[in-house]
Amino acid sequence: MTALTDPMGFLLFTKGPLFNIAIAIFALGLLARLAEILLLGRRPNFAEPRAGEWLPGLRTVVTRTLPDPGTFKRAPFNVVTGLIWHIGFLVALLLFIPHIELIKGLFGVSWPGLPNPFVDLVTAVTLVALAATLVHRLNHPVKKRLSTVEDYLVWTVTFLVVLTGYLAYNRLINPYPLALGLHILSAELFLIILPFTKLTHIFTAFIARWYNGASFGRRGVQS
Amino acid sequence: MSPIVNPAVNPEATTFNLERGLAAFRAEIDGPVAAFFSSCVHCGICAQSCPFYLETGDPKYTPILKLEPLRLVWESEFTLWGKIKGALGLQRKVTDAMLAEWEELIYDSCSMCGRCSMVCPVGNDIQAMVRKSREGMVAAGHAPEGLAGAAVRAVKTGSPMGLQWKTLQVQIEHVQTSSGLTVPVDQPGVDYLVMLSSMEVINFPEYLEAITKIFDHAGVTWTLSTQCFEATNAGIQIGNKDIAALLVERVVDAAVKLGVKNVISPECGHAYTAIRWEGPNLIGRRYPFRVFHIIEVLDQLRAQGRITTEGKELDRLSLHDPCNLARKSGVIQQQRNLMDLVADQFVELPEHGRFQWCCGAGGGVSSNERAEPLKLAAFKRKKAQIEAVEPERMVTMCATCRTQLEEGLEHFNMDIPVVGLTELIADHLVDKEEPA
Repeated sequence: MTALTDPMGFLLFTKGPLFNIAIAIFALGLLARLAEILLLGRRPNFAEPRAGEWLPGLRTVVTRTLPDPGTFKRAPFNVVTGLIWHIGFLVALLLFIPHIELIKGLFGVSWPGLPNPFVDLVTAVTLVALAATLVHRLNHPVKKRLSTVEDYLVWTVTFLVVLTGYLAYNRLINPYPLALGLHILSAELFLIILPFTKLTHIFTAFIARWYNGASFGRRGVQS
Repeated sequence: MSPIVNPAVNPEATTFNLERGLAAFRAEIDGPVAAFFSSCVHCGICAQSCPFYLETGDPKYTPILKLEPLRLVWESEFTLWGKIKGALGLQRKVTDAMLAEWEELIYDSCSMCGRCSMVCPVGNDIQAMVRKSREGMVAAGHAPEGLAGAAVRAVKTGSPMGLQWKTLQVQIEHVQTSSGLTVPVDQPGVDYLVMLSSMEVINFPEYLEAITKIFDHAGVTWTLSTQCFEATNAGIQIGNKDIAALLVERVVDAAVKLGVKNVISPECGHAYTAIRWEGPNLIGRRYPFRVFHIIEVLDQLRAQGRITTEGKELDRLSLHDPCNLARKSGVIQQQRNLMDLVADQFVELPEHGRFQWCCGAGGGVSSNERAEPLKLAAFKRKKAQIEAVEPERMVTMCATCRTQLEEGLEHFNMDIPVVGLTELIADHLVDKEEPA
């Protein structure tokens, strides 16, 4: 076995055993959380509905992605930085060609990617937006009051994932196996903490939005 | 009623403690709650929808923060990670001191207006969870005295304000004298059982006269019930399902006894959500009748051509949508149809309908005397909206909103009278042709 102190050994470790461990913790942890939610279910509702639940629920799943005009006016910085880094993160994750290759290798599905220089630019913007969210979190009275150690931990891990990807692509850490290994390690940390932190929202927000839309929809209001 | 003795019914009851409270919190946790807490990213957007935060600037009033006790119970007992943390002694616990601190957040600074539930980016129905949290607060003995008093009076006298039928009887006689019409009482088999709210009976007796005239005009058969006239539910406001169910059963019993097809909730947003949406779930069965808010009924009558009006109000009128009626119950277009009948110059507030702003008094805030300063602070959001369109009068359809608007506008020396929409319609009815 190659020593972990050797860059290639480190890379192989992150791509091999650690990757499997991370995927296992992520999958089991997430399944547990989803089961915790869905098994609880809802009590029967005896009130005469004004409308159905499914369609308004699905509509809310989509529409909550953007704020209502009033909220946008009251919290433009929060909304814009949040949208930018989420979109940037998704573009880098899902439309960067090496990521698509990885997914293809794992699941056999693939889709077209974007040119590397474009994804590089998007990644740089994402880093700036993420930094801005941290500054906002540290300064806005509400966000400061709400924030816990978990918020800063999740921010750090998310930032590291994007940062190491940027550094590796631009060859700013040498040797390259070390750079790539650090990026993979960050991504694995992200997967490992996901089921136990607010990162679960990546999956559960859609369930939450559906429940919200369904509850309001039943009463004749599109939430 | 279940054997649970409530502190609202018996304030000296010492059986109310943290353990009971935690059990009540636990009983409220369902799939949606788990999905909501799993999804919160602490973005703070909910604060931007809360008049109590916006008008005080104090971050402790951030809506999601009000749910911390419920969230802790969820995390420690309903998640794998919480259980692991608990085993390691790392999980924060809900304490009596914490609940005492949260009482102000869950009651005084929340009118359960539901605006936060409409703007949360991950879709958290925060208002619904505040409602749930109140169950835990009551069981733990941490509910405000004002609300407990109202609940005791509601259980004992039938009215949260201690109003008795004889007071209503006097009003009925006044209405009959001034209108020359009969107010039907205990009439079986009619189309509608009309419910009232005590606040309406005391502050706005003109409502009863208005519906008497409108129903006579439209040829609607209706009745009041001596057995039960109160539509509001102090059990829901304080957060006690046993009391709430008891009060709902009284309405159901009265409606069933008279064999009515429909029950009308008065110009009160809370009463409507209580009887329309929560009621059947509190008693665990469907009603043998339908429930409408008076505004829904009036709009149905309008659509059927059974209301004929003449003349219009010529001054500039704007409309306050009660949260419970608009955002939480989908009655939004109906009041606008009715305004069109009688208003020449109707101007909308900047954010209205499902995105309206609360008056600041709902959700039991107005029955909780110590919340008075917060109630007035929250009103400033409404005031700013009103100032933006400069109406000569405001129209609404909820006695609590109306009282708050009147008091608030007066406090800020704004000379803008507030009228109920039902009265406005009654004022414009075409006189029936008298038989020769």
